[in-house]
Amino acid sequence: MIELQHVYKSFQNADILNDISVHFEEKKTNMIIGQSGSGKTVLLKCIVGLLDVDRGQVIYDDVVFNRLSFRKKKDIRKNIGMVFQGGALFDSETVEQNVRFPLDMFTKMTDGEKLHRVNECLERVNIINANKLYPAEISGGMQKRVAIARAIALNPKYLFFDEPISGLDPITAIRIDRLIGEITKDIKTTTIINTHDMNSVMEIGDKVIFLYKGEKWWEGSSQEILHSDNSELNDFVFATNLAKKVRDLRKSGESS
Amino acid sequence: MTKPFKDLFTHIGRFFVLMGRVFAPPEKKRMYYQQTLREIEFLGINSMGIIAVISIFIGAVITIQTSYNTESPLYPSYLIGLAVRDILLLEFSSTIIALILSGKIGSNIASELGTMRVTEQIDALEIMGVNSASYLIMPKIVAAVFFLPFLTIMSIFIGLAGGWLGGVVTGVVSSHDYIYGIQFAFIPYYVTYTLIKAAIFGFIITTVSAYRGYYAYGGALQVGKNSTRAVVESSIIILITNYVLTQLLLT
Repeated sequence: MIELQHVYKSFQNADILNDISVHFEEKKTNMIIGQSGSGKTVLLKCIVGLLDVDRGQVIYDDVVFNRLSFRKKKDIRKNIGMVFQGGALFDSETVEQNVRFPLDMFTKMTDGEKLHRVNECLERVNIINANKLYPAEISGGMQKRVAIARAIALNPKYLFFDEPISGLDPITAIRIDRLIGEITKDIKTTTIINTHDMNSVMEIGDKVIFLYKGEKWWEGSSQEILHSDNSELNDFVFATNLAKKVRDLRKSGESS
Repeated sequence: MTKPFKDLFTHIGRFFVLMGRVFAPPEKKRMYYQQTLREIEFLGINSMGIIAVISIFIGAVITIQTSYNTESPLYPSYLIGLAVRDILLLEFSSTIIALILSGKIGSNIASELGTMRVTEQIDALEIMGVNSASYLIMPKIVAAVFFLPFLTIMSIFIGLAGGWLGGVVTGVVSSHDYIYGIQFAFIPYYVTYTLIKAAIFGFIITTVSAYRGYYAYGGALQVGKNSTRAVVESSIIILITNYVLTQLLLT
């Protein structure tokens, strides 16, 4: 269970997060949405401890994570997998070495067991015959999938994604979204995704948190989001012409 | 307090905080050992070529320079060998080689860590529960502190060989006189002195460059700026430390 209680964060007197309290749904896909600059990435980094919060509590399973020492945080972090916006693969290491890294660092598996687990994770994300390639030799979509394979190598309890489909074409983006949804169900992780893509929200989102100017403006399910009367949320959700037309058609259908 | 002083103390404070994390006990010793071997190859063995080329030519040039500046019947020609030996032993092979390496491996370390920082690879290590400072920086420090003295010894021998070659080829000193000169009035403590300096310079190059790289932010421009700063700052600190160590160890 991950919970935030009255979280505040500012940088040089600019308030970035203002009194954020959220209870993320366990073993479900939680989406944090909002415009660029709304504080999504800062919130995600506060949750995983890459940034310290100014005030408030970040709670993992009844443990106040942000008050733990670096050494004690490590124990919780071993249950965390994170996929960064750019993949953050170690570019001096091959695909296989990237996925193997957490196994080398934190397990006592034999070399054979590690290789088996690496191949299992790579197959799970549909990467085949790329073990010996370097990140620079594979496409952006493949890099994201390798990053996912690395994140799930230790079967984490919590999975975090920062803009997982940014920079990808729509077909690859849908594949990545579905993959995230499947992994969340298969290995029963609590998944938190930071995105501004409404397709992702509708495709795999269970719970949605909408941030607006550093505040939690709205929260609900991905179905409720379409019927909300929150104007800022509607401006965000129906920002594209396509979405507006779908909404108008839906409204005209409901009235007739 | 004026801003430059405030900045200076902020950097010094952050540097020591970073060093505290760097020297924390390793998570998995085998991984650190492998990483250290990789760094020895990367920072040390890959620098042997440039050190050899520079040392052989500097040795030859010192021989010729000393010869032309001491053209007098009062000076025995074996003093050329002695001058080459002492210049290489006392200053060139430790200090000048360290300055050259601060350019080569210092910029390399700063840009490597800086790129890892801006592409979130360091964040990825932290999320996994790895002490990124220790995992990335400690092997570089260990590799440089242990390998720089070896490079220094290599530089001394190659420089002496270069001096002999340069002297004999140009005819400014006979082979016999040169070899007699490099053995004349030899003080073994100078070797200890130069090895101590080399190890300390190795520590300075790696830690200062790693600090600049580890705390890089922004994009490619900032990484480039931090690499330049790493080279300039480590060079200045090497020169100051050289002065202090010479005063401490030779007087």
